[in-house]
Amino acid sequence: MTNMAEDLKATHLKDAAPFPSGAPTAEDRRRTDRKRSPREQKKRTANIVIYGVLVVLVAALMVPFIWMLSSSLKENNQVLTVPIQWIPSEFVWSNYTDIWTRIPMMGYLQNSLYLAVIITCLQVLTGSLAAYGFSKVRFPGRDVLFLAYIGTIAVPWQAYMVPQYIMMQQLGLTNSFNALILLQAFGAFGVFLMRQYYMTIPDELCEAARIDGLSEYGIWARVILPLSKPALASLALLTFVNTWNDYMGPFIYLTSNRLWTVQLGLRSFVGQFDAEYAMIMTGSVISVIPILIIFLIGQRYFIQGIATSGMKG
Amino acid sequence: MTTETITQAPAPVHSRGNRKQARRNTLIGWTFILPNFLGFLAFTLIPVVAAFALSFMEWTSFSAPKWVGLANFERMFASDSFWIALRNTLVYALGHVPLTMALALILAMLLNRKLKGIGFFRVAIFFPYITSLVAVAVVWNMLFSPDSGPINQLLGAIGIANPPGWTSSSDWAMPAVIITSVWRDMGYYMVLYLAGLQAIPTELYEAAEVDGASAWQRFWNVTIPSLRPTTFFVVVMLTVSSFKVFDLIVVMTNGGPGRSTTVLSQLIYQEGIGEGKFGYSSAISLVLFIIVLTVTVLQFKIQQRRER
Repeated sequence: MTNMAEDLKATHLKDAAPFPSGAPTAEDRRRTDRKRSPREQKKRTANIVIYGVLVVLVAALMVPFIWMLSSSLKENNQVLTVPIQWIPSEFVWSNYTDIWTRIPMMGYLQNSLYLAVIITCLQVLTGSLAAYGFSKVRFPGRDVLFLAYIGTIAVPWQAYMVPQYIMMQQLGLTNSFNALILLQAFGAFGVFLMRQYYMTIPDELCEAARIDGLSEYGIWARVILPLSKPALASLALLTFVNTWNDYMGPFIYLTSNRLWTVQLGLRSFVGQFDAEYAMIMTGSVISVIPILIIFLIGQRYFIQGIATSGMKG
Repeated sequence: MTTETITQAPAPVHSRGNRKQARRNTLIGWTFILPNFLGFLAFTLIPVVAAFALSFMEWTSFSAPKWVGLANFERMFASDSFWIALRNTLVYALGHVPLTMALALILAMLLNRKLKGIGFFRVAIFFPYITSLVAVAVVWNMLFSPDSGPINQLLGAIGIANPPGWTSSSDWAMPAVIITSVWRDMGYYMVLYLAGLQAIPTELYEAAEVDGASAWQRFWNVTIPSLRPTTFFVVVMLTVSSFKVFDLIVVMTNGGPGRSTTVLSQLIYQEGIGEGKFGYSSAISLVLFIIVLTVTVLQFKIQQRRER
């Protein structure tokens, strides 16, 4: 596993911008200023064709989102019509005001937010501390211990969810947020991701700080943390989104309605009122919006984190 | 300065000061690791080890644990539901892996160029991957609705008289799940392929062009071989994630209609948490783990042989 991760890092992390901007370079601009040669003309036509293909393709792939948004603004009986109505004949904005009284949506959102924030903070803090221990402090047994971390990443979570459940039952923690926090906040994944990044920070920097009289904790807080902001952002965003979207964890552990997350609340709404198509879509849109906002803000960190680790959750 | 003392006079290995330093380092190292390690030990490492042990025990929510050797495995291999779940998981993997890989590569090749606004297309294609599964499943279930769902309307429009019943038909539920999961995952693998493509030196293409290679030949003889490490990684990740498929199925079909989409993870959940058969469900877990491990090791071996 370690090797695989290192390989991936070597191939993917180096080009630090997996999504480079498509802005024309000075070179390109100079070229367009000159009279266009037939070759460039051909290239231009090719580009237009490519744009056409991309627009059609992306539009097709976005159909589920378009459908979701459009249906959320319809009456129930307008959703599944023949032929399909892409733009609602009448915009039913009231769906977006009614849903808050129909189901305890606000409570669900609060629960999701609470879990996501607590788990993210704990994961980032303990993950970056442990990663420092694993990458910058030498002591016997360190590498064996790290191997245990890597080893568990290779084991599917489903394979040990039952022992976890028994344990939580014995501790009397089922049907509480604490179960989910304890299970998800100390993941090996966060340690792995942060360690991969810390390995790229030269040891000489820490050495220099040691000579200047900083303690190891000081080095972690004042040298390494400021340098690893991109990795911290990646880990925080990935953890937040994973927790927000998690279905199985809350499904197994949270039984009372007042503890439900958005995902559970939405699923149960679908189960109870499967003909309320419009309202279901409204709920879906609301559950996706926070993720969309976070993704748009932190897009770059997301994709770097994913390309570095090659893993999610 | 201190630097000089350190570099010029390295302490002898067995000096007391050095041993003291080593002890201090161990202590410091552990204080860094401990906050995470305690949680990791209690809630990941111990459950992983316990899962192995449990699979050789008879333990239900009503009885005390008892060592039974291979009895759980005998029961499992004799059980219908296990084979059905295993078959369904394999079918899912056989559909999901090649389709996602092919589409991810095609998308990456299309998007690997310098054009204005290309970033928007990439982000849009990636977005389904981080959209919540419940929303995805709910929308696709409606798109797939047999009578007036958009997908069957489209199929009707292009002249298919008897469009499939998708999630309400036991033959078509699995394809519906596969289509949904391919749509959701391909953006992620596209990102991996895109990074792989961008690492290929342009000189290779220029050289091939000088040699008169056609676009198809360049793809086959430059792109594909250069992408081999990425492809290897993509295949491992895809296969492993296919065998672990769980939440999508639970939300979209819940294993139905009948048992037509029940997969291994779901069986573990039903037997272990649903019915409290801790020992028996752990035996299924062990099978899942061994499959995942075998796939990973096998692909590593193949990759190594190719590189030699």
